[in-house]
Amino acid sequence: MPGLINQRNRDYYGGGLMLLSGVAAAIQGARYQIGTLSRMGPGFFPMALGVILALIGLAIMVTARSSVPAEEKRPLPPEWRGWIAIVLSLIAFVVLGSYGGLLPASFAVVFISALGDRQNSVKSALILALAIAAVSVVVFWWALQVQFPLFNWG
Amino acid sequence: MDLWFGFGVALEPHNLMWSFFGVLVGNLIGVLPGMGPISAISMLLPLTYTLHPVAAILMLAGIFYGSQYGGAIGAILLNLPCHPPHAVTCLDGYPMTLKGKGGTALGITMIASFFAASFGILVMIFASPLLVKVAFKFGPAEIFSIMLLGLLAGGTMARGSPLKGVAMTVVGLLVGVVGTDVNTGVMRFTFGFAELSDRVDLAALALGLFGVAEFLRSVNRLHVVGSGMKVRMRDMRPSKAELKQAFFPTLRGTLIGTLFGAMPGTGPTITTFIAYAFERKISKTPERFGQGALEGVAAPEAANHSKTQVDFIPTMSLGIPGDPIMALILGALMIQGIQPGPQLISEHADLFWGLIASFWIGNVLLLVLNVPLIGLWVKLLQVPYRYLYPAALFFIAVGVYSTNNSLFEVGEVLVFGLIGALFAALDFPAAPILLGYVLGPMVEENFRRALLLSRGDLLVFVQRPISASFIAASALLVLAQLFFALRAALRKREAAARLAGG
Repeated sequence: MPGLINQRNRDYYGGGLMLLSGVAAAIQGARYQIGTLSRMGPGFFPMALGVILALIGLAIMVTARSSVPAEEKRPLPPEWRGWIAIVLSLIAFVVLGSYGGLLPASFAVVFISALGDRQNSVKSALILALAIAAVSVVVFWWALQVQFPLFNWG
Repeated sequence: MDLWFGFGVALEPHNLMWSFFGVLVGNLIGVLPGMGPISAISMLLPLTYTLHPVAAILMLAGIFYGSQYGGAIGAILLNLPCHPPHAVTCLDGYPMTLKGKGGTALGITMIASFFAASFGILVMIFASPLLVKVAFKFGPAEIFSIMLLGLLAGGTMARGSPLKGVAMTVVGLLVGVVGTDVNTGVMRFTFGFAELSDRVDLAALALGLFGVAEFLRSVNRLHVVGSGMKVRMRDMRPSKAELKQAFFPTLRGTLIGTLFGAMPGTGPTITTFIAYAFERKISKTPERFGQGALEGVAAPEAANHSKTQVDFIPTMSLGIPGDPIMALILGALMIQGIQPGPQLISEHADLFWGLIASFWIGNVLLLVLNVPLIGLWVKLLQVPYRYLYPAALFFIAVGVYSTNNSLFEVGEVLVFGLIGALFAALDFPAAPILLGYVLGPMVEENFRRALLLSRGDLLVFVQRPISASFIAASALLVLAQLFFALRAALRKREAAARLAGG
């Protein structure tokens, strides 16, 4: 998405995001009981926050036009490899944590995320993952006795 | 006296051990490239849940100043500010390294930090009980107003646009709403997840916003260049002339830090910049700054340390954290079941005075540790990022898992990491979210209680004098921001008109 987010339109998107989140929070908040000022229900505070956030979002969008970027920063190219690897590594930890155990999960989170760095080879990622997996067993399973079975197939 | 009692508490072997452990590990994590105090504290947060509250807070405080000092090492030796306040230290610290005086810069930093921290501790000892006397008169209306002021100050004085800062504060307050409403038992914003009924996890939020989001931003982009320099123990001892040269800048930096520490919401980064600018202004030889001036290292580092020390005053005595790090420490206290506020000093005297005494002990430990270990730190500085972030992700995942023995929190980390990266891409500061999240429940609780007592009359916030003055200060803050924004816009228009006309 090069050029999609740049210095000039960033505040439009940001303000819009705040506006939408604010409206969503206010609508959701209003579904809990609002009550009166003297006896507020659980919905009052979130709804008020949602309205405030929406207003601020609107203000950010309105002022976005007048603010000309002082120094144009060169937009960084997207880093899909790194991003995907980091996100996948945490997902793998959660999935393997529930269907595999601590050891496979520890190995996977390090191995997958390490592959996201262009300077890491499969071999160096493997060595790092094995080393961390060993740390995981010694420190967390054996020494700190974290309640997390080493293997938990099925 | 109370302070001796505090030393007794802090020197108990058990507490001393955790304090030492905190300083050591904090220093170690702080030295690593790309890791600041927030990541260090939140990574070790889960470990403190099982500790006694006193040991937990001593350890967290130790991690805090340990990692802060560790950050200075990276700034001076590698020109790498992992924690924003150290950006100023780079300006003169790194040139000193290039001139072969890196060891001296580190030594001076250590001495300046120690001096400034000691001064800040003294201020804390005398100011906190005074503040508590005032704070005992606080009702719900006053607590709400002062929190409003704290939130506004934290949002507007962060770097970048004040509007964005306040928006992030509100987002944080909304994140704080997630969970069971204490008054009615209604589940709010839980989206059907039973795990969310007990609020969003503090460690998951902080590690997502400041850990995972940071990795997403720096992967393949942060390249640590090993400088290959060696710093030996005796290089760190500054000469008499250098000590003399650094003395007054340290003193001035300390005073500036103390002054700004007393103002809620002024971040440490602004404080260090002001200390640096002031030093350059009054210097007879301002051209030396940026070329490796010792004063340019001593003053901002002293300001940074005295400010963070003084920041503990409102955090501990009013329950109002001045910056996200204080918010984290406050959040950790609340997890321990300790309600921060004016009653803390009297109800948990061991914790308060123990903490103060441990500041001193911890800073001595820091001095003692850093002299022999400096060689190790220099090596650690050169750990490649490609090994660092996968290992850090592992520690984050297992650490967050262990808070509740549940993988759901690991998922939370991922979600907040993505949100944090999105906010960073849109140039929104993430720090106010943490502030809003920690203060959120207290703000709501006191707002509701104040209006319940006044039977729905909103004027209660301006009718009581203490509350009214906080509201007035908040209004002043907003007006000042509006004024500056309008003036800037006007100037820009004038400049544009001049450009078009001439």
